[in-house]
Amino acid sequence: METLYSITPLLALLVSLAAVPAIVSSRNMNAREAWTFAAAFIKFGLVLSMAPFVLQGGTIHFTIAEVIPGVPIALKVDAFGLLFALVSSSLWIVTSAYSIGYMRGLDEHSQTRYFSFFAISLSATIGVAFSANLLTMYLFYEMLSFATYPLVAHNQDHEGRVSGRKYIAYLLGASVLLAFPAMLYVYVQAGTLDFTAGGVVAGNVNSGTLLVLALMLTFGFAKAGIMPLHSWLPVAMVAPTPVSALLHAVAVVKVGVFCVFRALTGTLGTGPLSDAGIGTIIAIFASITILVSSLMALSQDELKRRLAFSTVGQLSYIVLGVALLTPAALQGAMMHITMHAFGKITLFFCAGAIFVASGKKYISQMKGIGRRMPITMTAFFIGALSVIGLPPAGGFLSKWYLVIGTLESGQIAFLVVLLVSSILNAAYFLPIVYRAFFCPPEEDLYKNESIKESPPWCLYPLSITAIGCLVLFFYPQPFFRLAQLAVSQIMGG
Amino acid sequence: MDPIMMEFSQHSPVLIVMAPFLLGMAAAAAGWANRKWAFPMAFLGLLSGLIAAIHMLIKTAKGEILVYHMAGWLPPFGIAYRIDTFSALILTAIMAVALINLVASRASAEKDFTEKAPAWYALYVFFVSGLAGMVATEDIFNLYVLLEIASLSAYALIGMGHNRAPFAALNYLLMGTIGASFYLMGVAYIYIATGSLNMTDIAVILQEMGPNPTITMAFALCMTGLLAKMAAFPVHGWLPNAYTFAPDATTNVMAALTTKVSIYIMIRLVLSLFPLSLAFDTGIIADAMVWLATIGIFAGAFMALAQKSFKRMLTYIVVVEVAYMVGGFWLGNRAGMTGAMLHILNDAAMTLCVFMAVANIRARRGADAFSDLKGLFQTMPFSMGALVISGLAIIGIPPTCGFFSKWYLISGGIEAGHWGFVIALLSASIINAILFFKVFEIAFFEVPAETFGQNSREHESDHHTHHGLPSLAMAEARISMLIPLIIMALTLLALGFMTGGIVNLFIDPAIPGQVL
Repeated sequence: METLYSITPLLALLVSLAAVPAIVSSRNMNAREAWTFAAAFIKFGLVLSMAPFVLQGGTIHFTIAEVIPGVPIALKVDAFGLLFALVSSSLWIVTSAYSIGYMRGLDEHSQTRYFSFFAISLSATIGVAFSANLLTMYLFYEMLSFATYPLVAHNQDHEGRVSGRKYIAYLLGASVLLAFPAMLYVYVQAGTLDFTAGGVVAGNVNSGTLLVLALMLTFGFAKAGIMPLHSWLPVAMVAPTPVSALLHAVAVVKVGVFCVFRALTGTLGTGPLSDAGIGTIIAIFASITILVSSLMALSQDELKRRLAFSTVGQLSYIVLGVALLTPAALQGAMMHITMHAFGKITLFFCAGAIFVASGKKYISQMKGIGRRMPITMTAFFIGALSVIGLPPAGGFLSKWYLVIGTLESGQIAFLVVLLVSSILNAAYFLPIVYRAFFCPPEEDLYKNESIKESPPWCLYPLSITAIGCLVLFFYPQPFFRLAQLAVSQIMGG
Repeated sequence: MDPIMMEFSQHSPVLIVMAPFLLGMAAAAAGWANRKWAFPMAFLGLLSGLIAAIHMLIKTAKGEILVYHMAGWLPPFGIAYRIDTFSALILTAIMAVALINLVASRASAEKDFTEKAPAWYALYVFFVSGLAGMVATEDIFNLYVLLEIASLSAYALIGMGHNRAPFAALNYLLMGTIGASFYLMGVAYIYIATGSLNMTDIAVILQEMGPNPTITMAFALCMTGLLAKMAAFPVHGWLPNAYTFAPDATTNVMAALTTKVSIYIMIRLVLSLFPLSLAFDTGIIADAMVWLATIGIFAGAFMALAQKSFKRMLTYIVVVEVAYMVGGFWLGNRAGMTGAMLHILNDAAMTLCVFMAVANIRARRGADAFSDLKGLFQTMPFSMGALVISGLAIIGIPPTCGFFSKWYLISGGIEAGHWGFVIALLSASIINAILFFKVFEIAFFEVPAETFGQNSREHESDHHTHHGLPSLAMAEARISMLIPLIIMALTLLALGFMTGGIVNLFIDPAIPGQVL
């Protein structure tokens, strides 16, 4: 396997951080947003520039600082990291456009702070994607928790305060009390924290300790939202919708599952985990989360909260894929990071667009809204298809691989979980679409209001991501190839 | 290097004490002539100390150990100063911290003390040179003398504050004197048993002598005295009041340095004076110390939770940090000791940073009760930014330096199987997070009542009152206080990234080879 030592990953990481002073000191709004776009495009370009090399099976390395013997702060771009970085950095461009429409459409306060912390969050996300070892990943994971706090608390009201407190308490509490000591224990035992095919603890710990470490690392990265550490996510919906869309459907939560993925496969190792039967235990936690969160989503009337519970379930699909520990399941889990990202961001964009255009947050108020906002609701329909896992949307492919993974591992119970939850997904999404298009609008919901489509800055981004969902069904090759490569890198093949 | 510089550079180990001391006297003398000269004298004194420290830092990094014999008298008769990599590191930290705070505090010192400012400068420099001497000297009685120089200056510096400061200083004086007396008695016992006052000399004699009850007694006395001096739980009682009521300019430097130097002395005595077997072989003393630290962490953290003003809350965090270092060192393994020693440096930096941030807030708002912190993120964004970074360092979030010392401390605890200490450290992180987020929340979500209507743009744009808080005009601390604070905040990040080099070059060589 080819390796290359290059500063490109660091630049890709830093570019959004470097944009912050420019964003803060900009004289007017347009100049400020120009900096965000410049950073977003450069970031995406840098990530993309590494794709050809990585697609050939190469990895790119960079060491930032030697801090602990055997554990530097270091970056490594492999197929899995690149896959995640591509998803986050490309969607940041779209979200930046959407943010302009949303924030200006609602005349939100403190937009400079908003765009600054958004940029910092993206740096942290790319940092997680490109981490070469557990310490580096932990560093960026914590950075992301703190950088997103001001975004969750954006409204600066009582609700924001309570939600922010819960958000940071769950994320920081779990990482400090579970992930951090587990990481240190692995370091004391193994002397290294590098992500390695087959893990680094094999032979150093017994299976009981391995189980404890696996659980601490799985739950310690609480951004993955596995029950019972999921309830920070619904409360985080108090944030402006672009934050919910990119961070709490893509960047932050995917960072959570990405960290779980890396820690389980790269630190503990797929071999030791499946030998000790630990994968199955984690898969059970994931399955419970999938089913319970889907049931909870059914009963939510606030659209963003329903989407949040849906996200909790979808994240556990990915965790389930990891926990099955078979090639197809791992590949499905990685693909699902991409597919769910495009699907769910579309849904959030639509929720935000409805709010900007009509001020409506509750599903019960959205009867007949499809006639007034046809483009938005069509996009919503496509996003929903993708999340449910129906063709012709990309979500079908990742679910397909997850299903094959359950068969491969011979654990039919998890296949049933996937199928039942798909039905539940359909049950909480399709009625929204049906009512929006086919129920006559109750006129008292729209009295004296002329609701039409949201501003173009909102409408174009959500159309683009909806089209993205369809494109990914017909042309999934780059992500498909990356996931395939990543599986072979992780399994040590 | 020209011959004169050469001549000077040989004397770095003693210049680091004498130069500040003499220029401190000059600062006091300036008070009689022209008050304006006091600050430059003090500045020059500490600057020359810093230059000497950096000079020694470079020399020791190359593997040299600097030994200086006063007036050419050889030990055991003469006084020797001995600088190894770790003492050079701590000396640099002391001088840098003192210099930065001197610059940052100038405005408030001149305003608070007016005609007494030269006296404050002089005492400040005496205090720092006393601390530097404690780190540099190899003579255990000379160490006592320097300890008293630092302590007496400290009592006076604290006593210069308002309200209850003189009373807090008196309380500190009593506790401090008791601690110093214990140490002095320990010195006497050592002298009786060995007839020597030089650390290296004594270590050799003790090696030959074997187990000896007099030395065990001396050990117990020295450690007890130092525990009181470093404000380890449960003999921490003097610290919160003394640091709360002292003037900010004094508290900043004292919180950053006093306890840390006492811990340095403890580490130096255990590692290079007493036989290691005395401290660690039975395991009873070491175990008791780690448990004491464990309890100290919880006790300090809970007391911090109960406080109603920011500065006072931080004084309890100082008590908690002391327990980190005591516990880490007494784990007795390499990782734990590395953690404790690294934390001396990191804690000095982050304590200075956080206290300077609070000093800026107090300079602007005139108070620091939690209810006085409303709206600070808007009015003092830079000071609050620095406060956030120092808060992250104290919680232990990477890449700030506080994370890395915690890394070593906790891995030391795991290696030693001392789970109580590990849990205490992790819980302290969480409690620190609660403490700081309490402050952050007030500063972020609340607005001072009187600003409604007048200082805000609220009334111009009534239609989006639901959109966040009214805008407040920025009212940052003066630039001479702000720039040093920002430098310190960046230092906390830089120290984190430099952890590897610091440990390899300066800490690891100072830990004896038999510690694994």
